[in-house]
Amino acid sequence: MEFLPTQIDITKEPMEVGPTCHYVMGGVEVEPDTAAAVGVPGLFAAGEVAGGMHGSNRLGGNSLSDLLVFGRRAGMGAAEYVKSAKAVPVSDAAIKAAAERIQAPFTRSGGENSYSLHAELQEITHNLVGIIRTGAELKEAIEKIAEIRKRSANVSVAGGRKFNPGFHLAFDLDNMLLVAESTAKSAISREESRGGHTRDDFPQLDSKWRQVNHIASFDGKEVTVRKQPLPALPKELFDLFDVHELEKYMTADEIAKGGAR
Amino acid sequence: MARKLKMRIWRGDADTGALQDVTVEANEGEVVLDVIHRVQATQMGDLAVRWNCKAGKCGSCSMEINGKPRLACMTQVASYGDEETITVTPLRAFPVIKDLVTDVSFNYKKAMEIPSYEPPANLKPGEARMQQVDVERSQEFRKCIECFLCQNTCHVVRDHEENKKSFAGPRFFIRIAELDMHPLDILKNRKQKAQEEHGLGMCNITKCCTEVCPEHIRITDNAIIPMKERVVDVKYDPLRWLGTKIRKREGIV
Repeated sequence: MEFLPTQIDITKEPMEVGPTCHYVMGGVEVEPDTAAAVGVPGLFAAGEVAGGMHGSNRLGGNSLSDLLVFGRRAGMGAAEYVKSAKAVPVSDAAIKAAAERIQAPFTRSGGENSYSLHAELQEITHNLVGIIRTGAELKEAIEKIAEIRKRSANVSVAGGRKFNPGFHLAFDLDNMLLVAESTAKSAISREESRGGHTRDDFPQLDSKWRQVNHIASFDGKEVTVRKQPLPALPKELFDLFDVHELEKYMTADEIAKGGAR
Repeated sequence: MARKLKMRIWRGDADTGALQDVTVEANEGEVVLDVIHRVQATQMGDLAVRWNCKAGKCGSCSMEINGKPRLACMTQVASYGDEETITVTPLRAFPVIKDLVTDVSFNYKKAMEIPSYEPPANLKPGEARMQQVDVERSQEFRKCIECFLCQNTCHVVRDHEENKKSFAGPRFFIRIAELDMHPLDILKNRKQKAQEEHGLGMCNITKCCTEVCPEHIRITDNAIIPMKERVVDVKYDPLRWLGTKIRKREGIV
């Protein structure tokens, strides 16, 4: 079999393979019925950018159903929201600050290169927040991500604003840092292995951990992660399962209660 | 086995631009898009290039490499000689936005001029049935990734801006052919419209579009020529023409 355009015949020579980030299970925390973001009025999120839908691992094909169902809910939620919401006033000072922030990379010279920081961040998350994680590596990742964040405040960009990928990357970098830090800090807190999260130092699934989500928030300087209890499985769903199937996932207490009424 | 690769990259905007010489490291197995990204990361931070999937399926990184319309992500550096300079320029048939990025909105305008699939009004969801042979006939055209390399290479518009108004281009001829082959589509004048509104007659079947298609769709042989044959058959056959006048036979359907 030949792989175009590389022309490698894998029956004759070895083929290089490697893992890659394919999907992000976490995302913006939303109300399930309206897809409204928790704590940010007027923001609605659906699809891969929203969190909480797929649990610890997304099954193939499920993101399409996610988009159809929650895309519709987000649209209806947003339409409902604008009926009653008043425009949020934005001060001239806030607009000026945002414009200055955007211009800032052009005003610096000899600062950090956004592409280099991006590559370093990729290296860190690939090596230390990858498929199989350990507490020590995650700790190292969190420290290194913080260093990149510091350096990213000093990014300088060449050229103009028109279709300038280096300029775009300077801002994408902020979002990448946010995702990387949230992922690493949630992963170090979750001392078990579940779905797409494997901890070499905690290789077992632990039913107690099924009862919590990790919620990350950002204060402009760093990400903090807190544990938030999950709603209990409703009784009508609980009853659909053979109880022995649930024993692997639920604590003895949860099984004894038999779902939430 | 890294080596030094000589490249010439077109840089500029709608008003002005020029080729710039660069030397960049190229590693074994890399494609042209990889080395363009390396130039971007190390030498030209603001070099504009459109790209997305890096797997030849999104159709974003269309450009001209040594004068040939190609996808940069599917073009091996190793397919050029060790001493050869690789020259990359933006698609010539479309207006430049910046560097290697062009404004391809001509294609979206043309897409909107083609009526979409129209099933019979009484066909209910879940009732549509299609024979496998009909699925297979149009499947080839559905492989199109809309990279617009065929639109770019077609000499009807490549150096003739004035033809763009009356010519939809190969990508849309396969779209019309696909809809025309659809057994449930009820619009009966697609070929006639292709001829009269979308400039099918301006194509003189040099097959340049087929040659550059990264999905190897046989645009000329399987879409354009069969439609041309049907048009000629009905439109220019004097007996059939007479038939449409005296016995109310249908025209091109």
